[in-house]
Amino acid sequence: MSTQPAFPNTIFSPALAARFDRLVTLYPVKRSAMVPMLLYAQDEVGYLSEAVIGEVAARLGVSELDVRNVISYYSLLRTKPVGKYHVQVCTNISCMLRGGNELLEHCRRKLNVENKGVTPDGVFSLEEVECIGACSWAPAVQVNYDFHENLTPSSMDKVLAEYRAKAQNGAK
Amino acid sequence: MADVTFTVDGRKLTAPAGTLLIEACRAHGIEIPAFCYYPGLSLQAACRMCVVRLEKVPKLQTACTTPVAEGMVVTTESPEIAQARKATIELLLGNHPLDCPVCDAGGECELQDMTFRYGAHESKFVEIKQHREEQQWSPVVFFDRPRCILCYRCVRVCGEGMDVWALGIQNRGAGSVIAPNKQDHLECEECGMCIDICPVGALTSGPYRYKTRPWEMSHVGTVCAHCGDGCKTTLGVRRANDGMEIVRGDNRDKSGINGDFLCIKGRYGFDFANREDRLTQPLIRQENGEFKAVSWFEAIEYAGKRLREIRDAKGGASIGVIGSNRTTNEEAYLLQKFARTVLGTNNVDHHRTADYPAFAAALNGKKEASLRDFNAAKAILLLGNDPTEQHPGLAWQIRTSVRLHGARLYAANHELIKLRRQATSFLHIREGDYAALIGYLAGDDKALESNGVARAFREAIRKEESLLIVFGAEFRGREIEALTKFGASLSNVKFACLGDYANSRGAADMGLYPDLLPGYVPVSAAVQLGEEYGALPARAGLDLVQMFDTAERGELAALYVVAANPVSRYGIDPASLRNTFVIAQDMFMTETARLANVILPAANLYEKSGTVTNTFGDLQLVKKAADRGGVRTDFELIVRLATAMGADVKKLVPFGKQGVRADFGQARGAQSGEADRHGVWLAAHHLEPKLSPFDPFAIFDEIQRLVPAYDVPRLDLLAGNDQHLHSGLVQIANAGARRDLVLPSNDTLFSSGTLGRYSRTLGSVMEARKPAETAAD
Repeated sequence: MSTQPAFPNTIFSPALAARFDRLVTLYPVKRSAMVPMLLYAQDEVGYLSEAVIGEVAARLGVSELDVRNVISYYSLLRTKPVGKYHVQVCTNISCMLRGGNELLEHCRRKLNVENKGVTPDGVFSLEEVECIGACSWAPAVQVNYDFHENLTPSSMDKVLAEYRAKAQNGAK
Repeated sequence: MADVTFTVDGRKLTAPAGTLLIEACRAHGIEIPAFCYYPGLSLQAACRMCVVRLEKVPKLQTACTTPVAEGMVVTTESPEIAQARKATIELLLGNHPLDCPVCDAGGECELQDMTFRYGAHESKFVEIKQHREEQQWSPVVFFDRPRCILCYRCVRVCGEGMDVWALGIQNRGAGSVIAPNKQDHLECEECGMCIDICPVGALTSGPYRYKTRPWEMSHVGTVCAHCGDGCKTTLGVRRANDGMEIVRGDNRDKSGINGDFLCIKGRYGFDFANREDRLTQPLIRQENGEFKAVSWFEAIEYAGKRLREIRDAKGGASIGVIGSNRTTNEEAYLLQKFARTVLGTNNVDHHRTADYPAFAAALNGKKEASLRDFNAAKAILLLGNDPTEQHPGLAWQIRTSVRLHGARLYAANHELIKLRRQATSFLHIREGDYAALIGYLAGDDKALESNGVARAFREAIRKEESLLIVFGAEFRGREIEALTKFGASLSNVKFACLGDYANSRGAADMGLYPDLLPGYVPVSAAVQLGEEYGALPARAGLDLVQMFDTAERGELAALYVVAANPVSRYGIDPASLRNTFVIAQDMFMTETARLANVILPAANLYEKSGTVTNTFGDLQLVKKAADRGGVRTDFELIVRLATAMGADVKKLVPFGKQGVRADFGQARGAQSGEADRHGVWLAAHHLEPKLSPFDPFAIFDEIQRLVPAYDVPRLDLLAGNDQHLHSGLVQIANAGARRDLVLPSNDTLFSSGTLGRYSRTLGSVMEARKPAETAAD
């Protein structure tokens, strides 16, 4: 088998590009690979930039409009950059009953950003989300792919402080 | 499929199994309302208007997605259903702006009609309506988001119907919004199908929006003036200061051969008629070279006198006549008859866009395909041409046929044409290989580089039980002959020859040729047409190129150009006409008109009545829609010119009681001796003589009498139905030896020869500004 990449001028890392080369061969219809591709691309690039949309459309042989239609359907796909740590606060019924709204309000004040806003230093962004499937441990917050459960405003402060420290260490 | 019987509102109905309930009901005259359902498009079931009660089914069901079944019992109207529909409308109106008094769709809006019918005039909602500003997506497409009811018809017709996929849906649920492919604008074929199909006023047309109200217009269904497909377009006309102006073109009655379809030219390309720089006064060139506006009487007397002088002094052979691809059959016929019988010359020609005489000769009893045939075709072989650009109506029919009826398209082309996306098999060949391809298809393995694709292509075609062969101007003379010969070796084959303009085919059929009379009768056999043409010079006249060569040598004394622009099209040196007396009949000051001695302002195809023939040989009625003060039809001008020359108009146009008296050709029997042939023919066809020499139907009578292919039922034609010609009745010898003067115009979706240059809308869309491969003249 040839290992020649299908897209020599890809904007993705070689590993991801290779993954995409294979991904489009796995489905009876190429466009079925769209959602996984977008999720992987979002993880690597941070958001779905024009360049990402362009390359995904080209890889699938669909129009950019088709890709945008799908992106705009799913709230977990985003076309704007988020902070290094994306804080997603659930306010659906279980979390709401156990203080999700208060938690969101707390984060808003603490980080000084509005819903879907990014802090000026780019470390945090905040979003109110629908159920993240952690009802048993409500109220729950998802930061990137990590869950933090049974939170109170003070334990939330600890979580945020941890991430801030991580960001500072990482920056050094 | 087998029929099933079911009951709707107490009536026993029968329909083939698998038919959708909504369609079955409509077929029996039971109207079930629907916004999202549209025949021929995929099912959406988004609007919930078509809900009906099915016996033994607990909830109301959507008739648009329910196939009929044996014994099904349906109720389509009941208080319960009316309440459900009313509630749906109430929800749709929840955020609908109700700006009906200024909305373009007001008066012809499906939401308005349904609100009226179900009386949802009260609302429980108190929320403030969400307003969004209107968006301009292109010069011809505007979008008003709050008016949109999310039926997705536009998205489907653009994608499935047009294969353009320029519209999408973004977001979801109640936040869904129709989105154009370039984020804030559209890049597409600008056909306007999305606007036509929109049940409300969410998508509106740039040239029409806020111009008038639907009920203030008269709507006239006529034939598009642009390409050779002959789509029916309905023109909305309104009184203006100088006549009747065209405000809108659309496809409101879908009875034409184009079905649901219209392209940008048919929908928006009418605006040349409204231009302010149209010629509206006859002009005569003065000694100093300037044009002077004169009266009609003066212009026609002057032109007629000069023509007569030239004819009498130098003979008819010193006069040339150039006809048009865009005048009616009657005008084309009259023009060549005028040239031959009044001017006494065979120097008649027009801009040829396809080799119709060779096609007519090659057909010789074989069948010609109507555009309608493509709708139900099982298999289509497309050779050359790019219908998406040059024959958008045909491209639509082919796509529809492939999509809905599983037709197989075989296409061979030297370009990667867009229709290859619909093709079962596409063969990419070199530009010069069309003749070789025919040889290869006919069994000569050496004709074309034989590979797997070509072999499979040939095998598949040979296996087809019926086939429509449609070919472009790449095929001429002997290639057409070879192609029809190959076609005849298959079973159930019909042919179609693609030419460029609204009446290119008619111009050919009507004998705008130096060597052929109406019906492709050679000039040497003029006597076949009887007394009308009997005394013609048997020698062929000059063709268009020869006419200009003769003018260059100073030997063409006069040239009469009707609705054509040969100077631009053929790149004629203006100086070559310095010694020629030129009469130009046109709408605009074209490159040709600029060189004329007399200019006669003419009406266009939307301002006259008559018939035109599309490139598939479908004869259609043209109805007068618009009017412009100061112009006259080409028909009238030819008759007036003949009168000014002192010709007997009765011989030119058979009108009044007294027709042409001539021998029927039989030596014995009831029809021997002198008789009024025209009168006898009229009586036999239950027609009366026309009373005016300006009545195009007087000439149409003669065309039907003398050209057998045009003898189609008059009543059907007048009712606005396209009539397929009896092309097989044309019998002429092989014309392969004729000089090949076919000059394809290579128009795109956004160009239309000289006429297209005068349409602002065609030139305004962004796509028209892409560098064209071939310059439109």
